[in-house]
Amino acid sequence: MLSDSDLQAIGLTVRLAGVVTGILLVLGTPIAWWLARTRSKWKGPVGAMVALPLVLPPSVLGFYLLLAMGPNGPIGHLTEALGIGLLPFTFWGLVVASVFYSLPFMVQPVQNAFEAIGERPLEVAATLRASPLDTFFFVALPLALPGFLTAGILTFAHTVGEFGVVLMIGGNLPGITRVASVQIYDHVEALEYTEAHKLAAVMLIFSFLVLLGLYTRRPGSRRA
Amino acid sequence: MAETIHARFRVDWPGFTLKTNLALPGTGVTALFGHSGSGKTTFLRCVAGLEHAREGFLKVNGQVWQDDAKGVFLPTYRRPLGYVFQEASLFEHLTVSKNLDFGQRRIPAEYRKVSFDHAINLLGIEHLLDRRPASLSGGERQRVAIARALLTSPSLLLLDEPLAALDLGRKREILPYLERLHDELDIPVLYVSHSPDEVAQLADHLVLMANGSVVAHGPLQETLARLDLPAAFADDAGVVLDTIVAAHDDGDELSRLDFGGGSLFVARRPEAIGRRLRCRVHARDVSLTLERAEHSSIMNILSATVVAIGPLESPGHVLVRLQANGTPLLARITRRSSLALNLGPGLPVWAQVKAVALLD
Repeated sequence: MLSDSDLQAIGLTVRLAGVVTGILLVLGTPIAWWLARTRSKWKGPVGAMVALPLVLPPSVLGFYLLLAMGPNGPIGHLTEALGIGLLPFTFWGLVVASVFYSLPFMVQPVQNAFEAIGERPLEVAATLRASPLDTFFFVALPLALPGFLTAGILTFAHTVGEFGVVLMIGGNLPGITRVASVQIYDHVEALEYTEAHKLAAVMLIFSFLVLLGLYTRRPGSRRA
Repeated sequence: MAETIHARFRVDWPGFTLKTNLALPGTGVTALFGHSGSGKTTFLRCVAGLEHAREGFLKVNGQVWQDDAKGVFLPTYRRPLGYVFQEASLFEHLTVSKNLDFGQRRIPAEYRKVSFDHAINLLGIEHLLDRRPASLSGGERQRVAIARALLTSPSLLLLDEPLAALDLGRKREILPYLERLHDELDIPVLYVSHSPDEVAQLADHLVLMANGSVVAHGPLQETLARLDLPAAFADDAGVVLDTIVAAHDDGDELSRLDFGGGSLFVARRPEAIGRRLRCRVHARDVSLTLERAEHSSIMNILSATVVAIGPLESPGHVLVRLQANGTPLLARITRRSSLALNLGPGLPVWAQVKAVALLD
């Protein structure tokens, strides 16, 4: 069926998407909470920044990230000072880039879910002696759980489907940065249409199943 | 009064100002009455700390909760209060039982004065414990919300129109529980309402609010009998009498209710002799005569003295404040009758009560 290099690419893709989704759950949740609750004038600019990857060509985002992570960029300086070396063309470079690229897919559904809760349950919790942190973990998070599920699935799927940013940041190193979408590109470049077909079909079926799951969940459990 | 609630708030929002400086009793039920927009809910939210009023000062039974002059502002979760919101506010992700636990498990065991069993018995919700909020009726939800607030053993209970979102049947279902609360627990209650009937039934003390300020406040009976109340409230003018069931006449199917100002006969009541019964006498149901009518179908005739006469917005009528052996009464009569009888302060009259509304 699938060749070893195809399986390796799929394995790498799943690993990348899993790590990125995990990181974004931790990073995206406070951003979403802040965006849902704040009355600050920075809400608009921050919201727009978060949404940028939705409209920006991946090559533009990849280009800037490449510069930032390069030897003369701020992230590059930081990673070299920390003794990690430079991130471009490494797995963790892909992770950093994907975190930026998939940020809106995590933040927006979670933000919507937090907004849908409204002020009332949080006020009720306060009148029942729950501190803000207590309220966040025991009222806001459970009530927003469907939103987290949506966000997690979308983030994972979107990272799996990434191509442009990967090519800009990661290049095409087998087992390190060659994810499934790049592998298909390679197959096509090499005129290996049969191999391209197989892998493309896997991606198509995966994407469809993910979205099918998302759109057929019980309506009552959907908040985002 | 040693135990009091002292509340001074100022809120300035575009188009709305709240300004209060109130000393309220630290026991019993205090009703905050007014129309929507009068500021009663905002006042309650300030007491809870859900709004931070500027230049605020709040002291509840000796504890300072807010004193902006000294930079003191206890956040809501550190105020020992219970709050019941107007609409259903149960946590949808928790069962009834977990909802009830939510507040109680957040207070130290030594401060738990209201037991779980007592609260669920008081509100009659034993059979609902395993249910989800979504499957409860509006009345059941509010009963659970009240029990949940009680289980934090609050030193002040704030009720923000807890019955407003319910239909008449559901209201009747909850009112008896609120009365039991009043009778069985020694927790001061601030009760926001725009229903004169609820106020008359539950309150001991009344605060009338309009346009963000306090129009009048004092003990319920006295405050209701004031002549200078806002027109909107005066339409429904009347007094509340706390009576005792004194005798039953089974032959005529009547019961006699005694109060400070005399006795009233009403249709036979199921309550035992000696029970307390609160009733409401509307000003429009009281007429006045100079001599006691001997041949009248009206049974309830009380001896009283005119205290003052005030104007009414309804054309041709005046509101007469009476004193029946210390108990205030109100009569709404025509101005012509008032002149014909030559009514004036100090004049002894007979007040004929056509109807008595029992508040149970």
